[in-house]
Amino acid sequence: MHRRNFLTIAGYGMGSLLIPLPGRLIAAESLVGMIDVARKKVLADLALEASTTAGASYCDVRIGRYLQQIVITREDKVQNVVNTESTGVGIRVIVNGTWGFAATSDLTEAGVSKAAQQAVEIAKANSKAQTEPVQLAPVKGVGEVSWKTPIQKNAMEVPIKDKVELLMGVNSAAMKAGANFINSMMFLVNEQKYFASTDGSYIDQNVHRLWAPFNVTAIDAKSGKFRTRAGLSSPVGMGYEYLDGKGGIALPGGVTGYDKRYDMIGDAVAAAEQAKQKLKAPSVKPGKYDLVLDPTHMWLTIHESVGHPLELDRVLGYEANFAGTSFATLDKLKDKFKYGSDKVTLFADKTQEGSLGAVGYDDEGVKARRWDLVKDGTLVNYQAIRDQVHIIGEKESHGCCFADSWSSVQFQRMPNVSLAPSKDKLSPAEMIKDVENGIYIVGAGSFSIDQQRYNAQFGGQLFYEIKDGKVGQMLEDVAYQMRTPEFWNACVATCDENDYRSGGSFFDGKGQPSQASAVSHGSSTTRFNGVNVISTARSLG
Amino acid sequence: MSIYSEAEAKAILDKVIKLSKADECSANLTGSIDGNVRFALNNVSTSGTVSDCTLGVQVAFGKRVGIATINAFDDAALARVVQRAEELARLAPENEEFMPTLEKQEYKASDTFVQATADVSPEFRAKVASDSIDPCKADKLIAAGFLANSENFFAFANSKGNFGYQKATGLNYTCTVRTEDGRGSGWVARNLADASKFDAGVDIRTAIRKAKDSAEAKALEPGKYTVILEPAASAGLISFMMFGFDARQADEGRSFLTKKGGGTKFGDQVFDQRVSIHSDPWDADVPVMPWDQEGLPREKMAIIDKGKVNYLQYSRYWAKKQKKQVKGQPGNLIMSGGDKSTAELVKGTKKGILVTRTWYIRMVDPQTVLLTGLTRDGTFYIEDGEIKYPIKNFRFNESPVIMLNNVEELGKPERLSGDESPFIMMIPPMKIRDFTFTSLSDAV
Repeated sequence: MHRRNFLTIAGYGMGSLLIPLPGRLIAAESLVGMIDVARKKVLADLALEASTTAGASYCDVRIGRYLQQIVITREDKVQNVVNTESTGVGIRVIVNGTWGFAATSDLTEAGVSKAAQQAVEIAKANSKAQTEPVQLAPVKGVGEVSWKTPIQKNAMEVPIKDKVELLMGVNSAAMKAGANFINSMMFLVNEQKYFASTDGSYIDQNVHRLWAPFNVTAIDAKSGKFRTRAGLSSPVGMGYEYLDGKGGIALPGGVTGYDKRYDMIGDAVAAAEQAKQKLKAPSVKPGKYDLVLDPTHMWLTIHESVGHPLELDRVLGYEANFAGTSFATLDKLKDKFKYGSDKVTLFADKTQEGSLGAVGYDDEGVKARRWDLVKDGTLVNYQAIRDQVHIIGEKESHGCCFADSWSSVQFQRMPNVSLAPSKDKLSPAEMIKDVENGIYIVGAGSFSIDQQRYNAQFGGQLFYEIKDGKVGQMLEDVAYQMRTPEFWNACVATCDENDYRSGGSFFDGKGQPSQASAVSHGSSTTRFNGVNVISTARSLG
Repeated sequence: MSIYSEAEAKAILDKVIKLSKADECSANLTGSIDGNVRFALNNVSTSGTVSDCTLGVQVAFGKRVGIATINAFDDAALARVVQRAEELARLAPENEEFMPTLEKQEYKASDTFVQATADVSPEFRAKVASDSIDPCKADKLIAAGFLANSENFFAFANSKGNFGYQKATGLNYTCTVRTEDGRGSGWVARNLADASKFDAGVDIRTAIRKAKDSAEAKALEPGKYTVILEPAASAGLISFMMFGFDARQADEGRSFLTKKGGGTKFGDQVFDQRVSIHSDPWDADVPVMPWDQEGLPREKMAIIDKGKVNYLQYSRYWAKKQKKQVKGQPGNLIMSGGDKSTAELVKGTKKGILVTRTWYIRMVDPQTVLLTGLTRDGTFYIEDGEIKYPIKNFRFNESPVIMLNNVEELGKPERLSGDESPFIMMIPPMKIRDFTFTSLSDAV
């Protein structure tokens, strides 16, 4: 089938990395500057007028300019520098209680009017088969407002030369420290989104995100063995200041972690040394272990086993043919389902500064907010948007509606979902003191979970044996398998807020046709008792 | 307009090449009309059509490369896109692995366009949705599915006189059917070149049967089992393994095809001798474009020949460096098999497990291509040649390399494509011994 463009980056570990590449490619200097807000209001008003005149009872208009810059390197070479831009308008309407949507890249007044009329026609056509009219939770118009990711240094304005120099420095440091290969990259995103609706909102937002991943490979040619270690950075909703080289948090096992600032060169040196150690580390003995999970690892477990199962559209069956449904059915909300132990409070939050999901307003004009999903172990809520909240007896949207482009229909997407830190003082070192037979896991690795989000398996980047309260040797071939409710009920402790850090995904996929979104997950280091660990060591003879 | 004729496309591309003042210039023009309909909970949820056409221009000054694209084709727009690519090339760092644009190539056209598929209308898609939903409703089952169809063309030209143009079509349908109580789930997929051969009303019966038959599943202990893998159950594993055929990674020592002590396993017996996979752009069942993404002509070639590794994928740069001949990268995977259907393989099985499909496959260890994932939408216990009862889904941890050494029997290949695969494939149902399931899943 004809698919969305993908950029294939070979060499980024086996399996390559496929990066969705929307939009058209542009010159670097076009990445700064914006469409005039007054012009956007004129076009939005035109669409609102055209759709309501044609019979729409509700209309929202999203005028978007989506920019990306990607710098790709390996060892001492720059492999590619890609700039893309995508600009257009998406118009969503309700006619006869039915949604209609149309989008165009033609931002002339005639083009926008035509798209508005098309959206109305599509809604009218679809309304013939409609069995349940849309119930839209009310939103009070906010007038003309704006919001911007609080960045200190716009990464799009940093010259390509500086980015190339940084990545070349990272690669060179890793090679000097003994890496056989390194692939490093920099992704920058700027979403300039203008939203207007018949509720009386005109919201101009300027959203920035940044990600600088790398992957180091160490090889033992004699045995034919190779091992990789990925960077421990996090994708962030920040500017270029994230890469200022400061920061560094001493973690157990001699590992260095990062929070609001990242030392990419320092991490690359550590990665090269640790990748070499991995070549010699013994395989784990399968069995039950107490796991101490660092936030660089926890984010992915939270994402898969909490974020996805609590999406209300999945729970209801709208994603049944692709991503699947959810074990966390509506009756479990009513019955106060024990999702985890009383140490577990998981919250959704679209307002966390520096996070990937942070916005002022979502893509249907609802102000960003925080709410609990699991409170002291009990399931208390889902993620729901304007046309869903009535199903769970609420009157206001949670504000987690998102579209990955002006040309995509907005739908419910995962907000930042995070594990609240303990209110009692506890550091990772203190947590480990009480563990008799455990494994300390740092970084995200392989992941897989079933279509109802029960059975999951996770790997990691670094694994250390814990014996009688002490961190010991490095282990290899570790993966843990779990059943979601048992796992979260086995959570016995979380560290305090001093250890709270975030990780996240730049390209979380959902829907058909698939849309990508970026989302962060925070936690402090967390302990789970008696988790099933398997060895992934195999021999091909 | 998003579908241009060969003459129209050539006229645009020739203009672009002429406009460029760079050392060399290549351009491609791609256009498509994509239609889809999505349904869930027995209702159509979204439907639409997207038309788009994009011109991509790549220019080079020495080893400095610039790429720009545009979706307007008047003379001013063409001048702008060439200028933008040239500006970007001047700013770009030198790419040491830069390869000059291709000399003129000979391409033999393949049969990738079917008029009936290009003619798919919103009414056709709506009928697919109702043909899927109506029998489910009547049976108190719940359908969720997606149909996508595409008509597209690809044209390219460069300053050395190379040129190619071809049209293509495709259709892909998937549908999941669940029982109202959520205890049974079935699935069907159909990937076709010719939409006139598609009947959702027939295919939906497979998903309905599996949904009904998979309720009341019993739990089996995880462990090693003989499995009958329907084509959709093994395709994802095989497709994943193909990433390991990259020659550079194998030469660099980071592939399962790297040899201990150095060198690659090219020519070695890595799989059971009954395993043969080849690629052929002109194959009547799975035709693909006669060139790869770089414009290199594809050819019919054996990738795995009677279990021996017969192909490693070279980029143009790596082939030059290693003094190897570069070949067009495959667009399809055609695995040889036998004549038996899945049902016939079941009949010949004393004890085993029938797997409808596998899902959420991820790499655990690239050293051994150890993959993990789960069974989904119909997993059954077989005894004495009969399906005895449905069983709960399993998580597997298995390497396709080991799987393709544990072959018991291969059936008749079927056409399919995967969600996460770049290939159109012909994959047989297969009977495999000692397939490793490591845990149970409660998911239905």
